[in-house]
Amino acid sequence: MELINFVKDFAELFEETDANFFKPSTKFRDIEEWSSLVALSVIAMAFVKYKVRLSGDDIRKSLTIEDIFNIVKAKQ
Amino acid sequence: MSAFIKAISYYLPEKIYSNEDLVREFPEWSVEKVAIKVGINQRHIAAENETAADMGFAAANQLLNEYGIDKSSIDFVLLCTQSPDYFLPTSACIIQNRLGLRTDIGALDFNQGCSGFIYGLSLAKGLIAAGLAGNVLLITSETYSKYIHKRDKGNRTIFGDAAAATLISTDGFARILNFSLGTDGRGAGNLIVKTGGSRCINPKNKITCDEDGNPVSPDHLFMNGTEIFNFTLETVPVLVKDTLGRNCLLQDDIDLFVFHQANKYMMEFLRKYLKISREKFYYYLENVGNTVSSTIPIALKEAINDGTISSGKKVLLAGFGVGYSWGGTILNF
Repeated sequence: MELINFVKDFAELFEETDANFFKPSTKFRDIEEWSSLVALSVIAMAFVKYKVRLSGDDIRKSLTIEDIFNIVKAKQ
Repeated sequence: MSAFIKAISYYLPEKIYSNEDLVREFPEWSVEKVAIKVGINQRHIAAENETAADMGFAAANQLLNEYGIDKSSIDFVLLCTQSPDYFLPTSACIIQNRLGLRTDIGALDFNQGCSGFIYGLSLAKGLIAAGLAGNVLLITSETYSKYIHKRDKGNRTIFGDAAAATLISTDGFARILNFSLGTDGRGAGNLIVKTGGSRCINPKNKITCDEDGNPVSPDHLFMNGTEIFNFTLETVPVLVKDTLGRNCLLQDDIDLFVFHQANKYMMEFLRKYLKISREKFYYYLENVGNTVSSTIPIALKEAINDGTISSGKKVLLAGFGVGYSWGGTILNF
């Protein structure tokens, strides 16, 4: 599991935000398009692509995309 | 003995709460964007003095009139609701009297939400198979709007009030095949109204806010969206597989999938994950929202009316949610 691929998977969940905007250090809550529905997309992406169950708390305690990546990696 | 669906009708309360109404109340929120993703434009809301029993009565009356059913033929009433008129007596008894049904029949309420229609079908089929009833009136009726906090924009976007009435009989237009049922009470706290019941009878009058600014209160409906979503991801694919297995059918044998109409976002995800084509997956929530236990009978009625369902079709039903509780079955039209 590569961080670069995870950031790419994360970026694909957004419809309006430019893919180049997304970096491991991006604070996802600061993205204008971020919403509770996008949070569900992150959970779905982790479930389908990485076979990992992310909880709401996992997302709540994360600040950056890399934080979520680390949780997904630890749960694999 | 086989059991069949013989008639379906539904009732929607008069008052409509549109996305425009939501925008007016929550101007700071991108209501329209969210509404498009959840696939709901409007929902019907019960009047202040209108209860689930009132709506269930209206739906049953509609059923009797629409199909010309002799009410003396009804020999069991099942009411699925989580918003009964009283702790006691049973709302089904009140409905039996208001409908003028015979007194030598059975009537009971059962408390289920999004899986309620499937559970109702399974109970009705059991009553018929046991020879205890020949014509079971199954009513699903819910007024979640009365539980939702006025400022809870998320749940007010999703949920609508409605009632449906279904007649299950020894003959009819759709044979009810085998069931898959499931329960996991570990999820009880993720969709709940905490106060008002015996565990905590008095309101707490306590409100906090979640990170999206939605009020969270033990006195109102609380839904942990991410946990409910996880439950759905883990449960529904297995439920579909088990329902097919119990009927010795393959996914390709199914002509139409009618799932609980939770919200379009979740349903689209499930459809794609299960690799079901768009043509075989039915949506009916744009004008009614998530009506809890009535979403499946309302969708079935609409699918019959618009010709999506016709004679010879096999339709897989799946209900899942609060409890957690889930169930699936197949109808052979």
